Order: sequence, then C-alpha cells, then structure tokens
Amino acid sequence: MAPTTTIRIVLAGLGLAAAATPALAVTELQWWHAMTGANNDAVNRLAEEFNASQSDYKVVPTYKGNYGETLNAGIAAFRAGTAPHIMQVFEVGTATMMSAKGAVKPVYQLMKDAGEPFDPKAYLPAITGYYSTTSGDMLSFPFNSSSMVMWVNTDALKTIGLTEAPKTWPDLFAAAKKLRAGGFPNCGFSTTWVTWLNLEQLSAWHNVPLATKANGMDGLDATLEINGPVQVKHIANLAEAQKDKTFDYSGRYDSGFGRFTAGECPIMFGSSGSYGTVRGNAKFGWAAAPMPYYPDVPGAPQNSIIGGASLWVMGGKKPDEYKGVAKFFTFLSDTDRQAKLHQTTGYMPITRAAYEKSKAEGFYDKNPALEVPIKELTNKPPTENSRGLRLGNLPQMRDLWAEEIEAALAGKKTAKQALDEAATRGNAMLRQFEKQAGGR
Amino acid sequence: MSPERVTFGGWLLPAALIAPQLLIVGLFFYWPALQAVWQSFQMQDAFGLSTEFVWFENYRALFTDPAYYQALVTTLIFAAAVAGLSLGFALLLAAMADREIRGAGIYRTLLIWPYAVAPAVAGVLFGFLFQPGLGLVARGLTQLGIPWNPLLDGNHALILVVMAAAWKQVSYNFLFFLAGLQAIPASVIEAAAIDGAGPARRFWTIVFPLLSPTTFFLMVVNVVYAFCETFGVIDVLTHGGPGRATQTLVYKVYQDGRIGADLGGSAAQSVVLMAIVIGLTAIQFRYVEKRVAY
Repeated sequence: MAPTTTIRIVLAGLGLAAAATPALAVTELQWWHAMTGANNDAVNRLAEEFNASQSDYKVVPTYKGNYGETLNAGIAAFRAGTAPHIMQVFEVGTATMMSAKGAVKPVYQLMKDAGEPFDPKAYLPAITGYYSTTSGDMLSFPFNSSSMVMWVNTDALKTIGLTEAPKTWPDLFAAAKKLRAGGFPNCGFSTTWVTWLNLEQLSAWHNVPLATKANGMDGLDATLEINGPVQVKHIANLAEAQKDKTFDYSGRYDSGFGRFTAGECPIMFGSSGSYGTVRGNAKFGWAAAPMPYYPDVPGAPQNSIIGGASLWVMGGKKPDEYKGVAKFFTFLSDTDRQAKLHQTTGYMPITRAAYEKSKAEGFYDKNPALEVPIKELTNKPPTENSRGLRLGNLPQMRDLWAEEIEAALAGKKTAKQALDEAATRGNAMLRQFEKQAGGR
Repeated sequence: MSPERVTFGGWLLPAALIAPQLLIVGLFFYWPALQAVWQSFQMQDAFGLSTEFVWFENYRALFTDPAYYQALVTTLIFAAAVAGLSLGFALLLAAMADREIRGAGIYRTLLIWPYAVAPAVAGVLFGFLFQPGLGLVARGLTQLGIPWNPLLDGNHALILVVMAAAWKQVSYNFLFFLAGLQAIPASVIEAAAIDGAGPARRFWTIVFPLLSPTTFFLMVVNVVYAFCETFGVIDVLTHGGPGRATQTLVYKVYQDGRIGADLGGSAAQSVVLMAIVIGLTAIQFRYVEKRVAY
C-alpha cells in the first residue's frame, strides 16, 4: 500500500470519528484522583452515571498515583497552566490548598455562582468542619472520609477471656501484655499511621490541643502543643510497651496493616477505610472498636477527626465548566447515591440523610464495623481541639513527628525530649510555611 | 601526537556534527542545573503563586540546620559502605568467574542480571526478605538470636539500605572488572606463576595494579551512584528513618522538595549536592588517578 493511501484511510477514519461526535460540544471536566482497586471502580462508575444522566458535561476521571503523587501532579499541572477541574486531595493537604488563593475555587463560591441548590447543613458537620473556614464556608467537597478505629481479632481476645475490645488505654495495655505472653510473642498490639493515632487522634479524642489557634484552623501563625502532658504520658507508655513488644512498631504509614490480617498482631489501629481489606483477608473473627481513652483525662472521649480526602476545584476555569462541576457535586450529594457509595466502599456517608437512610435500612446491624467511625466522629459536638487540623506542610510534618516518636520508641530519647524536639522542629516548619504563603 | 589528524575545512560541518549532542546536554543537563541555581535563591509557595528573591536565605537556613550535617555524615558513611561493598564483591566474583570453568558463560550472564532490576524493585525485594516477623532472612536472624528490627534500630536500617543499594551495583562493577581481567595478558601471569608466585601474590602484585584504571573508573561511578541514584531504595525501604538514620542528602532533597513543597530549599540542597559530587570527582581525578597505571 502506498503511503499516501494509508494517510487517506487514516484521514477518512478521523473524519468518521469526528462525524460521530454530537454537533454540540460536550464540556469535558477533568477529575484527578488517587483511588485504587474497588474505590477506583466506584470513581469510574460515578463518572459514568453522571455522564449518562445529562449530555452537556463529561467528567473524565484519571488516576494520578497515591495521594501525595496526585497532589504533586496537580501542583505541577497548575504551574504549567494545565490543572484539572477537580482534584482529590488528602485531608493533610488542606492547608496547602487553602493557602493557595487563586489556585483554587472555594466550593461554597462555586455553588453560589452556578446557582445550584446547596445547603451546607445537609452534610455531617464533623466532616465538613475539616474543610470549612471558621465562618463555616465550605472550601472543598468531602469525598471519601474515614476515621481511625481499633481492629481486633476477636478469636485472640477470647484466649485471654475477653468478649469485647478494651475501652481504655490502661485496659488495652493490660490485654496486650497478656496476648503477648500468650499466642502473640511478636506483637501485643500495633498501629498504622503512627502520628495520626498517637498525636492527632489522641489529642482530639482527649480534647487537648495539638496546636494553638484551634489546631491552626484560625490562622497560619499557630504553634504546636504536641508536647502536652497527655501526649507525653501516652508516648511514654508506648515506649515502655515497646520494650517487651506489648506494643510493636509497624512503621510510619500503613504498610504494617498486613500484620493484623496475617494474624501476627491481634490488635491493630487503622483507618476505617481498611474495612474491605479486613473483610477480604482476615481468616479469624474480627471487629472494629472505638479508640481507647485515658479515663483520668476529664471529658474523654471527645470526638475523633477524619482522614481521607476531599475534592478541590481548581481556579482559572471557564464559568461554563464551573457550572458543570457544581452540577456534578449536586449529583454526588444525592442521598441514594451517597448511601450506596458509603455501603459499597466503607467510607463514611457525607450527608446526614445518607447516614439515616443506611441506619433505617438496617445496614449497620449487618455491618457494625462501619458505624464505629461515625459514632466516634459524632460522639460529642466538636470543640476547638477536635474540629480538625490545618497545619501547613502537614505531610512532611508527620514524617518529622514520626522521626521523634521512633527515637522515643527506640529508647534514644525520653517521651518528653522527643515531643519537645518534635514541637521545636515542627514550629520551624510552620514558620517556613507561613513565610512561603505569606508573600501575598 | 596522532599520525593522522582529521581536519575539517570550515566550522559549519563540525558544528553541525556536535550540535545534537550539545543540544541534548544543554537541554537535559545545563538548563535544569541553571534552573536549580536560580530556584535556590528564591522562596516560593507550592503553587508558584508568590515568588520572592531571597538571596542566600535558603543556603543560610541549610547550613544552620543540624539535620543537614547529620544527613551529610550519613551520606558519607552510606557512600563509602556501598562503594566498598559493591566493588569488593564484584572484584571477588569477577576474579572467580575469570577462570576456566565449565559453564562460565552462564555464571557471568546470571551475575549481570541484577543490574536490570530497578532500584525501587531491588528495595521491595530486600524489604520482603528483611521484614521483621515475615521476611525469610529476618526470621533467620531472629532465630540466630539477633533482634533484627530495622523499623526502630537505625543501624539495622542503614545496613539494610546499604545492602540493597550495593547488591544492585555489584553486577555493573562485575561486568567492568571481568572485561578488565580479560584484557590482562595471560603471559604476564603465566610468567609470574613460573617464577613461583602463588595465586594470591599474582593477584595483588600483577592483576590488581593492572586493573587499577578499571577500579578507578568504577570508584568514581559508584560514589556518584551512592550519592545521587539511591533515593529509590531508601524511599521504598525506610523513608529515611527510623529517626533520620537513613536520611541521605539526595533523599532530603526529595523530602523537602516533593513532600514539603519547599522548592527553594530543595534547590539549594541540590546545588550543594552537585558541588559535593563535582568536588569529589575532581579530587578522585587529581589524587587517586596519579596512582593509576594505565
């Protein structure tokens, strides 16, 4: 075949393809996300359903790697002028996105401009609080929310005569000591996301501040208070328990979660979003329980804070595109859709109606593990200390805190020394962020 | 002086001939390097919305940070260990494989294979083997009474990343050593053997000195590798921890630049790292090369 013929055929093919698309241009809305596995399927299904429900807009979901990679990809794209319309950003990236004024379009503004019906009160305040300004304006749209729960191997608990999970930290340490002396010599209990449990959730759950200015919600000039008595006592307890593996460290992130499903650690703290992993892999009786608390701390337990991610709308797009994004968010907020999303992925429902619907359907009678994080989150009305965190550079800050906790667990520093150091170094990081963001 | 020197009539043809090479080097090396230098004088937020020229502020912050000096020391230990281990093992293996043995070709091919493994994959492999409680090697160590725990023991973690980084480089070094060994004329060695020199003596007095150009070249390559290309292994295995026990200079560049979104500070670190590597290479050429017998 002569090359010219080939070219002609290709051109003809292109012409056909062009003719096949409808005459009215469909506005494409790029949605970058970090969801894998079953959650990726859920994202694609949502986009398909939305695209089928109307003909003006087409949501195009693209997987961009893990949360950190997705955020970096979005930042790089913004700098190159090719940012997506919607970006899924993990909760700890909130301060970074918030302080990028002009790079993002606040959700409340978006909904108002587009004239979409939007009632912030329809959403669970414990979730939206994390993503709202102090005056209650919602900046990003909560997508997948989780909280930290205690996953327990109920078969293992039976071996030490317990029928339900320990409720307080002293009880937990005692139970873990027995488990370690029994069938679990390597690990009485452990945790994933070491700083999320032992500093962030611990502080909120005991209603003590992690940082001033309502944990940074009220301003970039917050300073850390992670070296308070509650945190110091808890880290000291952990370090003591590490000595005989009553507690055994499993790393900074969530790669250690396999130690629970493999049966090595009978108690493991982890995201409620691990529900699918546990259900699919645990070959023993299991349950989710609320995080323990120290009974001598007044008011404990307070309420937990969320993890997971929200959808940010990027700035500098056309009004018509924003209209499409607003319509998509309305679509996502639909009660039936939210309830279904919650029940299939295990992430929390973001609207009250979806929660009530799931409850009325008896969903939690069959899946009690999925109600635990909601109960933790709504245990009490949030205080300044338990609404959420908004600290600059939090992803790297977590690494810094983990470094110091590791030093304490290894016995190189006392808990007090480690947390003092973590606060000093963390404050330097906060000041750096303030300087970088403050140029505007 | 070369007997036949090729000369070009004008400057146009030679310029055209080297242009593609210059273009690639300029585009992919000098331009980004200059960008890094420029960035290192700036302070910027993640999205590039506000940029401030801060002169040497990033450098000042760097050199007053104790963590930076700690990373420098870690890097020196790490690089010396990686280069030493990978060169030593490769030389041993090459000396063994250079002999007349049956199936030498198969051994040689197998020994070269690991070089094709990406650093991150090498990291994952070692991670599995040495994972406390689950890994094959880790369980063996525990049974021997060694409380192996790279998650909390900084020395264990450093040993782990050194092994993973060196393992990958052994193949590369092996290839060059083997070629170097095969280039040594057999007659010299045979003559020594006839004079009554044993294998060890033959190796140290004849083979090793004759191999010195290869060793020197590999030393430079390995040090640069350990300084600049080992970030994947560290990221997969330890994330720089526990504490900051495995935080090397190049890993800190990544942490501050990508995770911390501090482009100015990260760029300043890159520039310093670049200067260190250039300096080290220059020192190696200046002093070590003098002892090399070409």
